[in-house]
Amino acid sequence: MTNKILFKYIDHPDQDKIATYIENGGYLALRKALKEFKPEELVELIKKSGLRGRGGAGFPTGLKWSFLPKNMNKPIYLIINADESEPGTFKDRQLMEYNPHQLLEGTIIAAYAIKCHLVFIYIRGEFAYCAQQISRAIQEASSHGFVGKNILGSGFDLDIHIYRGGGAYIYGEETSLMESIEGRRALSRQKPPFPAIEGLWACPTIINNVETISNIPHIINNGAEWFASIGMAKSVGTKIYCLSGHVKRPGNYELPMGVSLRELIYEYGGGIIDDYALKAVIPGGSSVPILRADEIDVKMDFESLAEKGSMLGSAGVIVMHDGTCMVAALQKLVKFYEHESCGKCSPCREGTNWMNKILKRMLAGEGRPEDVDLLYDVASNIIGNTVCPLGDAAAMPVMSFIRKFRDEFDNICGGGKPYGTISFPFR
Amino acid sequence: MYLSEQTRQKIMELRDRYPARLAAVLPVLHLVYDEFGYLGTDQLDEAADALGISRLDMNETASFYTLFPKHKVGKYLIQVCDNISCALRGADNLVSYLESKLGIKVGGTTPDGLFTLWTVECLGSCGTAPMMQVNDKYYERLTREKVDKLLEAWRNSK
Repeated sequence: MTNKILFKYIDHPDQDKIATYIENGGYLALRKALKEFKPEELVELIKKSGLRGRGGAGFPTGLKWSFLPKNMNKPIYLIINADESEPGTFKDRQLMEYNPHQLLEGTIIAAYAIKCHLVFIYIRGEFAYCAQQISRAIQEASSHGFVGKNILGSGFDLDIHIYRGGGAYIYGEETSLMESIEGRRALSRQKPPFPAIEGLWACPTIINNVETISNIPHIINNGAEWFASIGMAKSVGTKIYCLSGHVKRPGNYELPMGVSLRELIYEYGGGIIDDYALKAVIPGGSSVPILRADEIDVKMDFESLAEKGSMLGSAGVIVMHDGTCMVAALQKLVKFYEHESCGKCSPCREGTNWMNKILKRMLAGEGRPEDVDLLYDVASNIIGNTVCPLGDAAAMPVMSFIRKFRDEFDNICGGGKPYGTISFPFR
Repeated sequence: MYLSEQTRQKIMELRDRYPARLAAVLPVLHLVYDEFGYLGTDQLDEAADALGISRLDMNETASFYTLFPKHKVGKYLIQVCDNISCALRGADNLVSYLESKLGIKVGGTTPDGLFTLWTVECLGSCGTAPMMQVNDKYYERLTREKVDKLLEAWRNSK
């Protein structure tokens, strides 16, 4: 197994304390960055490393940073998106709980690279413990002179605010997140203008995910070539895969980009529980198209999954065995999007509601044969027709579940008994 | 006067903390929630006055967020995730189990005001399912035995 980078010290109980973090090489990258690099050189370094966003979209991080306008008189803001809430995803939470200084060091370096002096770490409201951990880490870092005025004598000033969310999936989407910080209902904004040009309070703003930023210190310490040499050609570095559902050993696994999905489920996850056979896997969080059991010989990286018609997304791998009813499983996903739709765009607001109604009707045994096409039709009228990707996220599972498991939907709507259940035993 | 002097003081300190005053709304909602366990209209109006923004702005934003109960709930607010990953590990039957142990349905509060039971969407605990959040704390890899012990401890804490 390849060496872990982000989870290297996962078994050290005190890695969250600054003394242990420093003992294990922490904040050396910050010293190096401030001393040996000009901000522009850091942007180039991150570009060269091939680091791509770990929040779901996989956009090249250095390229995003380079979109910031030069010589502007407005402040530049950095937002760390710690609003992890895509069903099946739980990596950022662990990264913040076990190693808050890793995130913080990456944040300070990133801020220096993009010439930002005020950072918001936006943590989802439910993650109270993460907020405590990060808050304590900021205090510790301040007392060591890593945050605040004239950091390590470099002349660079930085303030960091922790901002706690209010329980809405939508502000994982970057424009909604900015609306939320500005104190309004978190409705998404039309792009362009992109946040790098006009973001928070119409100032240039960079939004990066927790896992993305946690990689930064390691790239500074070991070099861009080192990072680019891990994983695949275009998807480089390691990735934290979140394994959940019907596997024997669920949990977070940090592995090189491009590990095979089969290996992830059967070797790392220990295979399927209770001697069932595998039925389906959602490989990248609840919003990405589902794969059938015969499609798991795929590498887990951005390109390989796209070739299979799915996405790496947030790498939330949700495993379902053959006792699972796909209609009932889909209803769980759809009710989520119905609940989380912000209500701005009618295709998403109305469409998610209708999809949930149709699915509930099917599960109550009142589905009509034409309901399967109707459900597909509603989804295909949401996708591509909304301001933010939440609409697409709601439509993609519906369309892929029907495409791959059509017989289960037809069967239920034709009065047949479901092929499985979603009501699993609680012992 | 609903808000404590301490909360009011904290709100005043937030007035100029951010580049724009409205940015303090969500932090203020957390403060009010921390003091009362829910966001009542009277408390929100007072908080808006203390922050120096319109009551409408405060209520408009507050009504968007589902993290904060808008009415008084039990001393222990039990929130069970019943989304996909938790469901695959028995969340629906965890909910039924809690309903029968507490003698209430989802959305209800026990007559002694001790427990409120809700189902919620993904809490980022999929690898340790099934789970529940009780007030600010997560309880993970739940079993019947664990739930029994927790409920008993909370009942005895009255």
